[in-house]
Amino acid sequence: MSHLPEGMPRPLADELTEPFWAAAREERLVVQRCGDCETWQWGPEWCCHACRSFEMGWAEAPTRGRIYSWERNYHPVHPALRGRDPYVVVLVELPEAGGVRMVGNLLGDPMQEVRIGAEVEAVFEHHDEADPPYTLVQWRYV
Amino acid sequence: MDEFTIRGKVAVAGVGETTYWKHSQSPHAEFKLALMAILAAAEDAGIDPTEIDGFASYSNDRNDPSRIAAALGCRELAFSNMQWGGGGGGGSAAIANAAAAIACGYARCVVVFRALAQGQFQRFGQAAAGGAAAGHDAFTVPYGVMSPAQKYAMRYQRFAHEHGIERSALRAISMASYHHAQQNPRAVMYGRPLSEEDYDASRWITEPFRLFDCCQENDGAAAILLVAAERARDLPHRPCYLLGAAAGSEYRNGAPVHNAPLYGTSSFTTVAPRAFAMAGIGAADVDVAQSYENFTGGVLMSLVEHGFFAPEEANDFLTLDNLRADGGAGTPPKSDRRPGGRGGKLPLNTSGGNLAECYMHGLELNIEAVRQVRGLSPNQVEGAEISVVGSGPMVTPVSSTVFGAEATL
Repeated sequence: MSHLPEGMPRPLADELTEPFWAAAREERLVVQRCGDCETWQWGPEWCCHACRSFEMGWAEAPTRGRIYSWERNYHPVHPALRGRDPYVVVLVELPEAGGVRMVGNLLGDPMQEVRIGAEVEAVFEHHDEADPPYTLVQWRYV
Repeated sequence: MDEFTIRGKVAVAGVGETTYWKHSQSPHAEFKLALMAILAAAEDAGIDPTEIDGFASYSNDRNDPSRIAAALGCRELAFSNMQWGGGGGGGSAAIANAAAAIACGYARCVVVFRALAQGQFQRFGQAAAGGAAAGHDAFTVPYGVMSPAQKYAMRYQRFAHEHGIERSALRAISMASYHHAQQNPRAVMYGRPLSEEDYDASRWITEPFRLFDCCQENDGAAAILLVAAERARDLPHRPCYLLGAAAGSEYRNGAPVHNAPLYGTSSFTTVAPRAFAMAGIGAADVDVAQSYENFTGGVLMSLVEHGFFAPEEANDFLTLDNLRADGGAGTPPKSDRRPGGRGGKLPLNTSGGNLAECYMHGLELNIEAVRQVRGLSPNQVEGAEISVVGSGPMVTPVSSTVFGAEATL
């Protein structure tokens, strides 16, 4: 079951981002990692910001991170959100993947306390009915 | 050998504004609004509009300079410039670009303009139904991060967490804008004062931002006409010179999906020091400041990064009394301003700003900065000679302008 209402915009994979979306379908969290200098990088880019190499690969990242920042959204800016509860967005830092940060929703009560620094783990939210199907990476307290 | 600077080389000849309306209320087409503001700036300068030979704008303004030049019968088009980046980050950069064109001889009489009638197009704060998110947006939009408030709230939240910022600090920024708007008949919120209770009771938009932390959306247009400094003394108004300007952002501010190494920032950490260095001033020299309010949290970080106070001083510094131009606050004499601390006072957003005058993407803030140097603000800071604008906090690129009176050259 999806955390946000049905009818939200779906993610589109492209040449640069496809490996992430494909791995998410298999419940694996992958992050770009430079094939030359091993720098982790997020979001995906064509070259490595540390050494300018174009040999960017993908490495599996541990699915635990820490809340780096957050917001609780009330105003429904998308038609699918009208009349629905607020929701929490978290920015999650992955210390074991070079400290890259990912954006997702914090699952659970939308009014729950959100603690910067708290440990969270990834939850793979499958949208199997979508055409084509896709998977979002969400977060919950450990 | 000449320094590479525009300090004192360019002056503001004229400023022009249309009536400011709530969004979708303009009776005029957006392009007509642009023409009206530009003509008002030319009239204010006492300059024949056909003499305008350059145009600069920002934020993907829809009004093409070639069409404007044709519409106005301008004798020649010599400079046509658009600053990259969305939001209001280009408000001061467009002035910098126009000034550079004049200083380098590309054009002689350049108008910076911005026209907005969102009701005739699409509003900023609303997404289209359904749809899909491509590229880097695919990593944020499906999670409900779409509007500007949602894109930038987490930057401020992180900063507030790191520095223990209290809600009263944001409230003071909002109240200063509303306070000043009550003396400004042009302001959309003229006659609509804001109390502490109103602010505290207002609904959340994106926590940590309440309704009154967020800018308005408006219709209207604004224009600033620039010429070489040598002409300034022959023009109708007290001369106002550009002392410094800078645009950009610090290292990898634009790293995708909220991965800027320095995250809790208004993006001014390198820009503001460059603008001040070009102007040859420090924060303690500034008499009055305009700081772009997309959201009050951005203003707070922007004031820190312009050096007006340290993050740890924010809760004490940011009170309505310290930010209002009137009522015994004002600006203390320069001798009383401790470095970076300004004696605790800084008149801020003295026309009402984006929150309460008009959201003209911050060009109205630059116009107000000019009015302060001319001595014509509805909330005039007595003896104001150095007037600063920070445009578009938290986006990238952002930009800053420093204006000065003749005595500052």
